Amino acid sequence: MNHPITLTVNGVVREATVPARRLLSDCLRHDLGLTGTHVGCEHGVCGACTVLLDGEPVRSCLMFAATADGHEITTVEGLAAADGTLSPAQRAFAECHGLQCGFCTPGFLCTVTAFLRENAAPTDEEVVEAISGNLCRCTGYQNIIKAVHRAAELQAETRADKEEGAR
Amino acid sequence: MKPSPFDYHAPADLDEALDVLARVGPDGGKVLAGGQSLIPLLNMRLAAPAHLVDINRLTELATVEAGPGGVRVGALARHATVERSTPAAAVQPLLGQALRLVAHPVIRNRGTVVGSLVHADPSAELPAVLALLGGSVRLAHRGGEREVAAAEFFTGPMESAAAPGELAVSAFFPARPPRSGTAFCEVARRHGDYAMAGVAAAVTLDEDFRIAAARVACVSVGPIPVVVDVADACGGRPEASADWAAAAAAVRDRIEPEADIHATADYRRHLTGVLAVRALRGAAVEAAGEEGT
Ligand SMILES: Cc1cc2nc3c(=O)[nH]c(=O)nc-3n(C[C@H](O)[C@H](O)[C@H](O)COP(=O)(O)OP(=O)(O)OC[C@H]3O[C@@H](n4cnc5c(N)ncnc54)[C@H](O)[C@@H]3O)c2cc1C
Ligand code: FES
Ligand code: FES
Repeated sequence: MNHPITLTVNGVVREATVPARRLLSDCLRHDLGLTGTHVGCEHGVCGACTVLLDGEPVRSCLMFAATADGHEITTVEGLAAADGTLSPAQRAFAECHGLQCGFCTPGFLCTVTAFLRENAAPTDEEVVEAISGNLCRCTGYQNIIKAVHRAAELQAETRADKEEGAR
Repeated sequence: MKPSPFDYHAPADLDEALDVLARVGPDGGKVLAGGQSLIPLLNMRLAAPAHLVDINRLTELATVEAGPGGVRVGALARHATVERSTPAAAVQPLLGQALRLVAHPVIRNRGTVVGSLVHADPSAELPAVLALLGGSVRLAHRGGEREVAAAEFFTGPMESAAAPGELAVSAFFPARPPRSGTAFCEVARRHGDYAMAGVAAAVTLDEDFRIAAARVACVSVGPIPVVVDVADACGGRPEASADWAAAAAAVRDRIEPEADIHATADYRRHLTGVLAVRALRGAAVEAAGEEGT
């Protein structure tokens, strides 16, 4: 049986009709054409499929699209500003060589974006704990850790600029 | 891989959920909570239930109630919510100590405490916590409910007393008594993985700081969490002079580890002894500090 669902994805209301067994990751990729969300393991281990569900990072491979009905999803496609300006996390990953092949990157970016919202100035240890559920087979993680710290800096600068502008 | 097809039910409240479960439970219907254990099994086709009853709309069960007697956790309370609950930590700190060792932060955003108990993985932390503290799980079915003590709840590896058609609505973790401390120590191959061995400990001191009660619950070394009372082995002495070696020996005697790709049975036995001492001492030190405050 197919189930009609409505998701708000990256701020846009999207409708789809999906079989119950459709994973949220596959719904995003196949039904909605948002292939930025990557799928590695489909058992929760690699983190490549991480998206934000009502702002909280979750594994989209461990959730049915039908369960997400009525909720808000942010994927990697939704992290940049409407005019294409990259988010602090995206800029930092580019600057610090936090990616090579890029397969793991969407998952890292979603995880890190939510993490820095909760912890704007993390320690090394907190960064490692935050990204411990995401696997990268290319970078060796060191540049990803640097990128998270850099993203925290950029986020602080962006906030300061905004406050400056508001004055 | 992808799950095989199933009929999906999304009840809006508890009454409706119990109705649906009464209907499809005997027909192989399963509850879907956080999905962090069940969906991997479905994706790998290690499980193929005919019906799934999704309880994620039962927001009435997303509760964490901390009272003087203990903490009652509703079926839709996520690991992360319970981990961050200050009232829960004040009443029973072992919950937070254990939850920090459960998987990764992102998994904890979806996984539920009650789901972990029903799943009853012998390597999981929360069943050991419930068993150590002597907590219980409340199981509801259409027309009634029952409260099952931890000692009867875990019946085998990945097997609990929850019968088809029953919904675990909450779990109760008793409060930490005065002059008591707790700790959870484990060793895993990789951070966030299920532990090769792990020990939860609870210690209570008497008025002269001597060990009056000491228990451990061990994971990954038996079909269900193995609870061992080590108060006698510790010898009724203060933390600094307690017979920790005797306590470790008592634990090693009681467990039944098996070998697998990650560790031999002997290594697991050794590790459990070492972790038992670490956790017991940590708990005893916390208990002494508790008295000081
Ligand atoms: C990568 C990864 C690493 C992990 N590491 C750990 C770890 O180190 N330690 C650990 O303890 N866990 C670990 N987990 C599992 C995680 O803690 C799960 O969240 C938990 O085991 C199950 O909770 P859930 O809510 O996701 O249950 P689900 O996956 O939804 O369900 C699990 C089982 O319980 C049943 N069930 C669930 N809720 C109820 C209910 N209310 N009433 C009746 N039946 C119910 C389901 O039918 C199913 O059989 C890991 C998971 C992943 C993906
Ligand atoms: S694809 Fe979801 S965690 Fe690997
Ligand atoms: S950049 Fe290739 S897997 Fe991380």
